[in-house]
Amino acid sequence: MAVIIKDRQVVTDPWQRLELAPDGSLPAIPPAGDILAPLALWQVERNALLARPGRIGVWLDSHEDPAAIAEDLRHFGIVAVNFPKFGDGRGYSTAQLLRSRYGWKGELRAIGDIFRDQLFFLSSCGFDAYALREGEDPQEALAAFGDFSEAYQASVERPVPLFRRRDRGVADGGRGS
Amino acid sequence: MQASIFAGKTAMYRYDEIDQRLVDERVVQFRDQTRRFLAGKLSEDDFRPLRLRNGLYIQRYAPMLRVAIPYGLLATRQLRTLAHIARKWDRGYGHFSTRQNIQFNWPKLEDVPDILAELAKVQMHAIQTSGNSVRNITTDHFAGIARDEIVDSFVWCELLRQWSTFHPEFSYLPRKFKIAVNGAEADRAATFLHDVGLHAVRDPRGTGSDGASPGGEIGFRVIVGGGMGRTPIIGHVINEFLPWPHLLTYLEAIFRVYNRYGRRDNIHKARIKILVKARTPEKFREEVEAEWAHLKDGPSTLTAEEVRRVEGRFTRPAYGKLAGDDAGHAARLAAEPAFAAWARRNVHPHKVPGYAAVTLSLKKTGVPPGDATADQMDAVADLADRYSLGELRVSHEQNLILADVRQSELHALWQAAKALGFATPNIGLLTNIICCPGGDFCSLANAKSIPVAQAIQERFDDLDYVYDIGELDLNISGCMNSCGHHHVGHIGILGVDKNGEEWYQISIGGNQGRTTPSPLLGKEGVPQSGGGGAALGKVIGPSFAREQIPDVIEQLIRVYLGRRESEEERFIDVVWRLGIDPFKEHVYGSHHQRQASRNRSLAAA
Repeated sequence: MAVIIKDRQVVTDPWQRLELAPDGSLPAIPPAGDILAPLALWQVERNALLARPGRIGVWLDSHEDPAAIAEDLRHFGIVAVNFPKFGDGRGYSTAQLLRSRYGWKGELRAIGDIFRDQLFFLSSCGFDAYALREGEDPQEALAAFGDFSEAYQASVERPVPLFRRRDRGVADGGRGS
Repeated sequence: MQASIFAGKTAMYRYDEIDQRLVDERVVQFRDQTRRFLAGKLSEDDFRPLRLRNGLYIQRYAPMLRVAIPYGLLATRQLRTLAHIARKWDRGYGHFSTRQNIQFNWPKLEDVPDILAELAKVQMHAIQTSGNSVRNITTDHFAGIARDEIVDSFVWCELLRQWSTFHPEFSYLPRKFKIAVNGAEADRAATFLHDVGLHAVRDPRGTGSDGASPGGEIGFRVIVGGGMGRTPIIGHVINEFLPWPHLLTYLEAIFRVYNRYGRRDNIHKARIKILVKARTPEKFREEVEAEWAHLKDGPSTLTAEEVRRVEGRFTRPAYGKLAGDDAGHAARLAAEPAFAAWARRNVHPHKVPGYAAVTLSLKKTGVPPGDATADQMDAVADLADRYSLGELRVSHEQNLILADVRQSELHALWQAAKALGFATPNIGLLTNIICCPGGDFCSLANAKSIPVAQAIQERFDDLDYVYDIGELDLNISGCMNSCGHHHVGHIGILGVDKNGEEWYQISIGGNQGRTTPSPLLGKEGVPQSGGGGAALGKVIGPSFAREQIPDVIEQLIRVYLGRRESEEERFIDVVWRLGIDPFKEHVYGSHHQRQASRNRSLAAA
C-alpha cells in the first residue's frame, strides 16, 4: 500500500485512486475497497458507487468547481484536490472554499505534483493529507510544516488573522529601531 | 478615530518580533532549498519557482537578485547594507529598478542565502520580488510629505505588505501581481497601470463615521486590470469608494476570482487584465462582489486599532519648528542661477513649513539610468543622515529622494550632491530617462536599452535646450515586458528583435497619470510632469536602427517646438492636441528615412 502524510504523520493509504483514461473515458469501478473517484465518475455513476460495499471519495481536478460536490459531501469519506503542476495554485482556493464555505470536515487530500515545499501553504488552506509525488521522501518532508511559525493572514488553519491575535506584550519587543 | 491615523508623518516602519521572525525563517527555508538544489535533490524546474519568489533570476551572464525596497522607503543603515552587499557579493554596484527595487547583477547562487541573511539584519528581504505572487507594493515617492495628501500611503502599503507576504491561498497565482497605492489627490503611483491600483479618496457623501476626517470617511477607489507589458491596458474602476475597513476582504475577493479563473494555459494571457477584459469589467465586478458577499465583515476586516498599531511602528521624523519659507534660501535662489535651476527641477514642496524634498538624480549622462556604485550608496546615506533625518526614498523614475530637507540647508546639499554627481538638474525633463537594464544584462531583452539612453543624453547635453523643451518623460524598454514603462512615456522607445537584429519602435502620447494636483498645475516651483490622465502611447511607424534614435528624437522635438503655442504647452500636450500625424510625417518624410525604411523592408523580405 502506498504511503501518505496524514495529520503530519506518515501512514499507509487505504484509498485506491481511480483516474479517467487518456481519452476521457470513465474507469471501471472495482467491486470492493475504498475508492477515490474522479468527479466525472461520481456524476455519472453516483448510484452504482453508493450501492457498493466500500467507502467512496471524490477528487477534483484543479479546474473543477467545489460547488459541484457541495450538496454531496455527506456521502464522502475523503475529498482530494489534484495539482497537475506545482505552480497551478487553483487548488488552494478550492480547499479554502471546501472548508470554509461548504463545511467539509473530513480528510482533505492534496494529490498530484506535490512535494515538500508546498506543504506549509497547503496546510494553511485546510489540507490535512498529502500524497507526495513519486520519489519524494514523506518522512523528510514533515519538517516543512515548521517552515514558518506564524502567518499574517486568516486561513482555514488560522481563522483569525494575526492582527486580531497579537499579544501586544510579545509583539512590541521588536528588534528594530 | 483620530485623524492622525490617516494623515500621519511617517518615516521607517520598524519590524516587530513576528515580522523579524518570518523574514529570518524565510532565510532558513531558502538556504535549505538552495542546499537541496545544489545537492541535486531539487530539479531545476522545481527550484525555479522557489528561487523566483526570493527574487533570484538566472540571467544572461549570472544570477540576478532583486531585493525589495518596500514602497520605496529606505533607512540609511539599509542603504549602507546594500552598498556592503554590492561590494562583497557583486561587482560594486546595484541597479535601482522602476518598481522601487534594487537589483544586483552578479551574485553567485550559493551566496544568495548569505545575502538574504545580511538583508534580514536590517529588516530587508527579497520576498516575492519575482514569481507569480504579489510583488513589492509601490507608492508615491512623496508619500507623507505631499501637500495634497489624503492618507499616508506608507501605512496602507505596510498593511498590504503584511497581508500579501506568504499569503497561503494566493502564492501561486496565474501570473505576477502588482499593486500600487496612492494616498494623495494627484496620482503619482500610476494606479491605472497596475493589476490593482488603490487610490485613497474621501467619501464624497460628506462627514464619515470616523468623524475626524473633514469631508468624509476615508476609502479607496479600486482599479483593476491595468498594466503595461505586451498588452498595455488602462485599468478599470470597479469600486469608486471602498471604505477602508473592507480593504483586505475586498482584495481577497478579487484575488480569489483571479486565482480560480485567470488563464494558466498561456503565460502571455495570464495577467488579471486579460481576465477582466475577457469577462468585461462589469461582469468581473459582479463576480468580485458576489465573492465579497461571503467575506465582507469577516475576521479580515481591518480595525482602527490595527491601522493605528502599524502607524505606530513607523518612526516619526523629528521636524524642527520652523517659521515658514527660509529667507536665506530665497536670497540664494535669487543670487545663483545654477542653484535656482537645480532647485526648480529637483526640489519639491513639503507640507511641513520650512522643509523641502530633493531628488538626487541617478541620470547623469554616461551612467546607466538607475545604477549606483557602492561608494555612491554610502555617499547618499551620508547625505541623508546629514540633511534628511536618516531616511530616503527610491522613485519609480529610478532616482533617490531626500524627503525631509530644511530649506536653509538646500544650498549646502546642492553643493555636496554636485560634487558627487547627483545634482543633474533634469527631473521631469527629457534626459531624466526611465530605462530598464536591457540586453546588456537581462536575458528577456530583445535589445540593449542603456546605450540608447546614453546616446540620447549625449545628443541633448545642452541643458538650456533641454530646459527650453520643458517637461518630457522619455522611457525605454528593451523588450515588450515594458520594465522601462515605454507605453506611458511621452516618448516611448521599445527594443524589438527582427531576424536577430536589434530595432527600436517609437511611440508618442503616453502618460503615467495626473501626477500634479490640479490646483498646483503650472505654478512656479511645482516640477514633475503635470496634467492629463493615464494614457498609452501610439507607435509612430516602422522601427529604427539604434544609431538613428537620437536623430528621430531630435526630429520629434523639432516638430514640437515648431508647433507649440506657448512655452507652457508641453510636448505631450501638443501630441494630444495635434495627434501623431505631424510627427510621423516629419520623421518618415525625409529622404533619409524613406531610404532607410526601404532598406529595412528589403532586408526583412
